Amino acid sequence: MSDNLPAVVHEICQAHGGDRTRLMDIVRAMQQKFGCVSGPAMELLAKELSIHRVEIESLVSFYSFLSTRPKGQVVIRLCNDVIDQMAGADEVARAFEEELGIKFGQTTPDGKISLEYTACIGMCDQVPAALVNDVVVTELSTDAARRIVRELRKHGDPTRLVTRHGDGCNGHELVRAMVMNNIRQRGSIIFTPTNRGEAIRKALAITPAEVIRAVKTARLRGRGGAGFPTGMKWEFTRAAGGEQRCVLCNADEGEPGTFKDRVLLTEMPDRVFAGMTIAGYAIGADEGILYLRGEYAYLRAYLEQILAKRRQDNLLGNNILGKRAFKFDLRIQMGAGAYICGEETALISSCEGLRGDPKNRPPFPAQKGYLGRPTVVNNVETLCCVTKILEEGPATFAEFGSQGSTGTKLLSISGDCRSRGVFEVPFGIKLSEVLKLAGGEDAIAVQVGGASGQMVAREEFNRTICYDDLATGGSLMVFGPERNVLEVADKFMAFFVEESCGYCTPCRVGNVLLKDRLERITAGCGEPADLEYLQELGTTVKTMSRCGLGQTSANPILTTLKNFRATYNALVKKRGDGRQPAFDLAAAVAEAETIIGRKSTHAHA
Amino acid sequence: MSSTIEFTINGKDITGRPGQTVLEAAQDAGVYIPRLCYMRGLAAFGACRVCTVLVNGRPQAACTQTVAPGMVVENNTEKMTAFRRNLIDMLFVEGNHFCMFCEKSGNCELQALAYRFGIAAPKYPYMFQPREVDMSHGDVFIDRNRCVLCGRCVRASRDVDGKHVFDFVGRGLHKRIAVNAEALLGDTELAVTDKAAEACPVGAIVKKRVGYAVPVGQRLYDHKPIGSEIESTAL
Ligand SMILES: Cc1cc2nc3c(=O)[nH]c(=O)nc-3n(C[C@H](O)[C@H](O)[C@H](O)COP(=O)(O)O)c2cc1C
Ligand code: SF4
Repeated sequence: MSDNLPAVVHEICQAHGGDRTRLMDIVRAMQQKFGCVSGPAMELLAKELSIHRVEIESLVSFYSFLSTRPKGQVVIRLCNDVIDQMAGADEVARAFEEELGIKFGQTTPDGKISLEYTACIGMCDQVPAALVNDVVVTELSTDAARRIVRELRKHGDPTRLVTRHGDGCNGHELVRAMVMNNIRQRGSIIFTPTNRGEAIRKALAITPAEVIRAVKTARLRGRGGAGFPTGMKWEFTRAAGGEQRCVLCNADEGEPGTFKDRVLLTEMPDRVFAGMTIAGYAIGADEGILYLRGEYAYLRAYLEQILAKRRQDNLLGNNILGKRAFKFDLRIQMGAGAYICGEETALISSCEGLRGDPKNRPPFPAQKGYLGRPTVVNNVETLCCVTKILEEGPATFAEFGSQGSTGTKLLSISGDCRSRGVFEVPFGIKLSEVLKLAGGEDAIAVQVGGASGQMVAREEFNRTICYDDLATGGSLMVFGPERNVLEVADKFMAFFVEESCGYCTPCRVGNVLLKDRLERITAGCGEPADLEYLQELGTTVKTMSRCGLGQTSANPILTTLKNFRATYNALVKKRGDGRQPAFDLAAAVAEAETIIGRKSTHAHA
Repeated sequence: MSSTIEFTINGKDITGRPGQTVLEAAQDAGVYIPRLCYMRGLAAFGACRVCTVLVNGRPQAACTQTVAPGMVVENNTEKMTAFRRNLIDMLFVEGNHFCMFCEKSGNCELQALAYRFGIAAPKYPYMFQPREVDMSHGDVFIDRNRCVLCGRCVRASRDVDGKHVFDFVGRGLHKRIAVNAEALLGDTELAVTDKAAEACPVGAIVKKRVGYAVPVGQRLYDHKPIGSEIESTAL
């Protein structure tokens, strides 16, 4: 490693063309090399890129995987998602702390190992899980945690922690991960054999307008959560003015409990890239970006190789498959630990080398997106569907599912059930049937749609998975009879407090207030008026927030207030003494008691 | 395209120009939409959310939403006013605001909004977060206890002064105003004559040696609530 900071900064900036919009890649490279982006480094970077130091600090301080202060050569990031905690992540955490002799948020005195918590890393079907630098370790036990630390002390090489490989392409020489795919049910659309190149060939044989018409005829809607009709989105983007357009594939997959995009990228990346290429042809774009969350960095080299092969085979690049004047290529943009970057305009900001702040709308990405160009943002699964639609025709696709929700949906199922993993189901399936498939019949509650979704109670298990009823990006977290739904809601609120970008008042402040009051209730110190308070505050955050994060972050509270009212009612009580339930007289006078050196008879009466 | 756009706010007919925002079209017609992070002459920001209105039933920030023909806008309804009051409350408990000895008292937009909405004390518990004060600059100081993260200084310095003295660091509740230096405002190019030095709506970025110069009774909002200067121009 070179200690010559100015030379390294120069080299890294040059490798990215001295381009300010590539700042994410540049600071990621710095972080990797030096364990931080220090003050002197920021000064040098600013000069090299002709920007201001504070712009770099602004970006670095935004992402969890970047830092201005040095971290250990190895960073252990334990996932503290609610599903991991249910599987014993807290005990694993203690084991890490004991073996390392440090607390979370600290680095060993020799500067070798840092210990941190991180939000859902997309491994809820193999919990507890952690990242050790880019290496994923799954199904951790306290013993495994201790062994990991001992080994790292010995050789300091996270890749050597992987002693067995997962199924399918997880064993590929460029992946070498212990991650499992856990594909539990294959349906008729996604998990089907594919003929590489066929979809693109068929697309290029018709006009872009006809491709869009095919996607519309299939009535494909987005699989990323919002469910916007894909064909319509493409049409708007194509119609927008300007020379250059862009296709973004959203592989940020940050919603707690989802992991199906990870499996798609592992097992059928060609289908994802084909979908992007077809989108490019349809909207008239010649560039694309796959935004890959930092947590999935272990897939990067593998995906780069697939891209290289596609270039060789003329599936990317100029005159694709001999089609004159159609060129399209794409790059991978790595994220760096920020859930908000899954929101499409924040994702665009991040690709542009900025903080992951969402942008103001209007204008919408279809009008003005990446670098001001009309841009389509689509989820990984959506693009796989596109490929299938072109392969087999829209009619075949629309045979599956229901009128408003055609095709199949991938569900990521985790929690208290016997069979965790990815299930491809037709739209319109009942939640109770899904639970039967996964062996989760005992559930008292299912969180549908991740933290931002809704907590559904037993009485409503006959509802159906589709855009008109239980719309979801595919995260299903199952909670058995021994779970406390309010504690689960509290964990979700902690997630939103951590992940709010902080741009707007209601989300930045309101979520903290919501969490505090919920905690008061779960601690048994709530009063009936607190429920009214939560409802009103939650509605304020939902109505007044600027983007989808804040517009859904109160859902854990608002949906449990609606569906689990009795649980709240059992916890809140009026006190007979006229004091607020949260007021603890003994604690309030404790300091005064130590000063005067005697106990208050009144407070301890 | 016609050069005027007709729409309504709370049933009142308003005429705007193409590309104009709801907030500015309303203002030109003498209708005040409460706001905090907005400042005429700076790019719209949409951060405080105080100007949120219902546009055809859907919440939108009036400072970023452009006008469209036939748009139905709801501004001062009971419901929207309650939401706005909650946002003002949130800003009060997030920071540490001691109006009685703040240099900006009487000229502060946050305080003035609280008065306009009839807020005597916030209903949410105070967070009492430790925030940094920076007195290093000869002519201007930063008191982050009072910062509402409106970004007016950021935009003014970047877009008007051409300096980029300020920007945001951190995310969520840890979001803060930072300066273009290792740590201190005194090490930046900020000049007291900069637009950024007078863009702050509250008492977070304050010019030195002019505090309390205006006697109580003659301050900006001592007699009329904030927004009345706009409402008095209504036809
Ligand atoms: C806070 C937040 C996080 C999101 N995360 C993701 C994500 O990880 N992946 C995704 O595809 N969409 C995510 N979305 C939805 C995207 O904004 C966007 O709607 C989607 O990528 C569009 O693709 P689709 O139409 O193919 O579904 C998120 C939205 C919000 C508000
Ligand atoms: S709602 Fe939350 S995440 Fe979205 S812009 Fe506002 S603070 Fe940021």
